[in-house]
Amino acid sequence: MAELLLELFSEEIPARMQIDATHQIKELFSKKFAEHSIKYNNIESFATPRRLSLFVEGLEELLPDILVEKRGPRKEAPQQAIDGFLRSVNMTLDQLEIRLIGKDEFYFANYTEKGSHTADILLKLIPEILHNFSWPKSMKWGNYDIKWVRPLRNILCIFANKTLPIKFGHLIANNKSYGHRFLAPQEFEVKSFAEYKEKLKKQYVILNHYERRSLILQQITDLASKNNLSIGKDDGLVDEVCGLVEWPVALMGQFDQSFLSVPKEALTTAMRSHQKYFYLTKTDGSLSNHFITIANITTSDNGAIIIRGNEKVLRARLSDANFFFNIDKQKTSNTRIEELKNVTFHAKLGSIYDKVIRIKELSSCLNNFIKADNNLVEQASLLCKSDLTSTMVGEFPELQGIMGGYYTDIEGYKKEVVEAVRDLYKPMGAEDTSPTNPVSIIIAIADKIDSLSGLFSANEKPTGSKDPFALRRAALGVIKIILDNKLRFDLNIILNKSLELYKIPHEKINIIRLELQEFFTERLKFLLKNQSIRHDIISAVFDTKLYDLYDLLNKANAIQKFIESSNGSKLLIAYKRASNIVINEEKKHNTNYNISPNINLLQAKEEKELFNALEIAKKSIKNALANNDIDNCLQGLEPLREPIDNFFNKVMVNVEEEELRKNRLSLLAAIRGLLETIANFQLVETNV
Amino acid sequence: MTNPFTFQNIIMTLQQFWIDQKCCILQPYDMQMGAGTFHPATTLRALGKKPWNCAYVQPSRRPTDSRYGENPNRLQHYYQFQVILKPSPENVQALALESLKAIGIDYNKHDMRFVEDDWESPTLGAWGLGWELWCDGMEVLQFTYMQQIGGIECFPVAAELTYGLERLSMYIQEVDHFKDVSWNGEVTYGDVFLEAEKEFSSYNLEYANISNLLRYFEEAEAECNKLLDKNLPLPAYEECIKASHIFNLLNSRGVISVTERAAYITKVRAMAKGCCSKWVELAEGVNG
Repeated sequence: MAELLLELFSEEIPARMQIDATHQIKELFSKKFAEHSIKYNNIESFATPRRLSLFVEGLEELLPDILVEKRGPRKEAPQQAIDGFLRSVNMTLDQLEIRLIGKDEFYFANYTEKGSHTADILLKLIPEILHNFSWPKSMKWGNYDIKWVRPLRNILCIFANKTLPIKFGHLIANNKSYGHRFLAPQEFEVKSFAEYKEKLKKQYVILNHYERRSLILQQITDLASKNNLSIGKDDGLVDEVCGLVEWPVALMGQFDQSFLSVPKEALTTAMRSHQKYFYLTKTDGSLSNHFITIANITTSDNGAIIIRGNEKVLRARLSDANFFFNIDKQKTSNTRIEELKNVTFHAKLGSIYDKVIRIKELSSCLNNFIKADNNLVEQASLLCKSDLTSTMVGEFPELQGIMGGYYTDIEGYKKEVVEAVRDLYKPMGAEDTSPTNPVSIIIAIADKIDSLSGLFSANEKPTGSKDPFALRRAALGVIKIILDNKLRFDLNIILNKSLELYKIPHEKINIIRLELQEFFTERLKFLLKNQSIRHDIISAVFDTKLYDLYDLLNKANAIQKFIESSNGSKLLIAYKRASNIVINEEKKHNTNYNISPNINLLQAKEEKELFNALEIAKKSIKNALANNDIDNCLQGLEPLREPIDNFFNKVMVNVEEEELRKNRLSLLAAIRGLLETIANFQLVETNV
Repeated sequence: MTNPFTFQNIIMTLQQFWIDQKCCILQPYDMQMGAGTFHPATTLRALGKKPWNCAYVQPSRRPTDSRYGENPNRLQHYYQFQVILKPSPENVQALALESLKAIGIDYNKHDMRFVEDDWESPTLGAWGLGWELWCDGMEVLQFTYMQQIGGIECFPVAAELTYGLERLSMYIQEVDHFKDVSWNGEVTYGDVFLEAEKEFSSYNLEYANISNLLRYFEEAEAECNKLLDKNLPLPAYEECIKASHIFNLLNSRGVISVTERAAYITKVRAMAKGCCSKWVELAEGVNG
C-alpha cells in the first residue's frame, strides 16, 4: 500500500478561494481514480495561503491484471481475417476458443493484460488535473504558458516514498518543500506525508486549515477572557483570517477611549471590514476600546512593534471617522435633503429628492392600512435619505440609514422617526430581522417599492446574473416585512399608486404591475424554500386578483395540508380527472361546458347525487369565501369526494345522445369551476 | 536624533535598491496623471515581447482626494514609486520584501501579509491579479501581475510594484500628519506642499473652469484619434493621459452624474486601446 503526496507551492492564494480549492482537488482526484479503477483508502486535501496539498493513502503500486475477452471473426471467415485477428492478439490458432453465438461459431481470444503501474498512470493523470483545475480567477506570470491562481513556484510529488516527477508547464515535481515565509523559510526534503506534516510544523506551518482555525478561535477567546472581554461570533472573519496566515498569533491592541463617541457601527466597520480585526465588548455589552488582530509571525518583542503599528493605522481610520462625523453634525438633515436634488437616482428617473417626495406620497397611501401617526410618517419619509450626502456615508457607504438614525437622533426628532430612518434598508437579506414599528414598516416598504416600480418601468429588470440595483433584495424585503408583521393589505393598490407617482400611462401600469407580481412571486418561492411549501401550490394560490401576501400564504399553507391529507389527495385526483376530460372535450368541439347542469336531464342515481352534493358545496364554499375562511372552504369540498368517485365508477360521460353528454360534461365542469373559485388547482401537481 | 529615513532618503534608497536589481531609473513623466501606471513606461512598455525593468517616482493627482491639507492622510497630489519588472522574476516577492527592509521595514519584526487585491483600471482597459502588501495592518505596497492593458494580453507578464511614498514615510518616521514628514532633516513636507494642498483643493473642488474642461476633453479626444491615424501612438497617448486627468477634475467639480461617468470612462478606454494597439503594432513591426 502506497501513499501519494502532492503539494502545489505558490504565492499567496486569496483567502476566500482556499477552502473551495481543497474540495475541488479532492473531487478531481476521486473522479480520475474511479475512471482508472484505482482503489484507495483515504483522500485528504489541505490549504494554507501558500500551498494546496493532497494526500492519498492505501494505493496499490501495481494495478490488478485484467482478464480480456476479445471476439474475433466467424470460424468460416476467410483465412486473411483469421490471420489478422491472430496478429492483433498475438496468439496462435490453437490458443483461441470457439464459441457458439446464436447460429454461428466465433473465435474468441482470452488473455490477461498485465496491470499497469500506478505511478505511470499518475504521471499522466496529475498534469491533466492541474491543467483542468478551475480557479475563480487565474493568471500567467513571467514567460510561462501555464495558468494558476498566483505564480506556482514548486511542485512536490511523492508516490510510494519516491519522487514522482510529474510535469506541469515548466515545472517538474520534486520532493522539496519550504517552511514559513519569515520564521523558517528553508527548504527541506520529505519521503512521506508524516514527515511532511512534521517538518512543516517544525518550520511554523500549520497545514490543516481546520486545525489552524481552531487555534485562532482558541487564541482569540483566551485573549479576550483574560481581559474580561468577549468576542461576538464571526465565522466569516475567522475563515478569512485563517486564509491569511500559516502560523497564527493573536495580538491585542487598543484605541483611545475618546473614539467611543463615534457611532459604534463606524468603529466596527473600520475594524472588521477594513482592518480584519476582531472587536470586543465589555461585560455590560458596550463596545470596548480593545481589538484583536491575527499576525502571521512571532517576534522577540511579543508583537509590541506589530501592535503599535496596527494601533497607528486604526487611529488614522478612526480619526477620519471622527472628523467626518463632526463635519456632518455641523449641517442639519433638512439642509442635506435639499442637497439630494443634485444626487441622481437614475438617469431616467430623476434625483433622490424626487424619490423622497414619491416615498412621502406612497407612505401616506400605505398608512391607510397601517394607521400610524401621519405626522411622524411624513417626517420620517422626508428625512429617510438625508444621510446620503453626509461625509460619513460618503466614506462608509455601508452605514447608510444607520448614520441617518444618529443625525436625526442628535437633532431631537422623535424616537419613531429616528428608528424608521435608521432601519430604512432592513431587512438586509433573508437572515436579517424586519422592522416592527409602524412608521419604520411604512417607509421601509415605500422606499423598496418605489425603487422596484421605477426601475422595472425604466427597463432595469434584473437578469439571471446581474442585479446592480439589488432589486431581488428589495422585493424579498417587502415580502419579509409583510409576513413577519402579519400585515393585511392588497399590495396591488400600493404597486398601482407607486406606478402612478411615476406618471406612467395607464395602459402600461397594468403590464408593469404584472411583471412586478411575477417577480414578487418568484422571491416568495425563494423565501419559502426552507419551509417546504410547494411551489406549485404557491402558483395556484397566487393566481388571483387580490394580492394580500399574508392571506395568500395562509391559503397556501391550508391547501398544502389539505392536499397531503388522504381525502384531499383523492379529491385532487378526482378534480384532475374531471377537469382533463372537460378540457379535452372543450378542445375537440371548440366549445365551453361552463353551463348550469339541467336537473331534468339527470338520469343515473350517481348523477343526481353528484348534482345535489355540488349544490350544497357551492353554497357552503360561497359563504366561506365571503368570510375569507380557507379552512371552511376546504371542508366544504370534503363531501364531494364520494359522489365524484361513484359518478366516475358508474356513469359513462361520452354517450351518443348529445344532450345527455353535454349535461354530464357540465357536471364535471361544475366540479372544476367550484375548486377554481378557491385557487387555480389546475397548477397543482398530483404526482409530487 | 533625526530618523535617517527622510523623505528624500527613502526615495534614494529605493532607487539604489532597484538599481542593484538592474532596473533603469527613469524620471517622472512631465504630465498630470492619476497614478504611476499611466506613465508610458508602464502602460506601453508592459505590452509586447521586449523585457523591461525600470523604476521611477511619479507625482500622482487625485482631485477627489482634495482636503485642503486638513486631513492628515489625504492629499490631492502625492508621490508614487513605481517599479516594473518584465518578465516577472522568480523571486519578485522576496525582492519586494527586501526593498522594504532597505528603508527600515524589517519583515522579521513586523507582520507582513499579502492580502488579495486585484487591480483594475476601466479607463485603461487594464487589469491584473495580485495583492496589497500589508505591514502591521497598513497597505504599503500594491503588487500586481499585469494580465491585460488596453484590452491587449500582456506576455511576458510584468510585475508592477507601487509604493505610496507619503504613507510609507509617515509610517517609518512615526508621524501622524503628512505635513510633519521630514523631507531632508530640516525642511518638512508641509514646508514644501501644505500651501499647494490648500490652493489646489480650492481649484479642484471649487474653481476649475467647467466649460473649459469640457472643451479640453473633446479636443483631447479628437487630437488623440488624429494622431493615431498618423501612426504617432506616443503623442496620441499624451492626449489620452490629458483626457483622463480632465475627467478626474470634472469629477471633483461634481458635474459628472452616474450615467455620464460610464460614458466618459468608455471614451478614455477607447483612446487607451487605440494607443496601445498602435504602439504594439509599430513596436513589434520595427523590432521584428
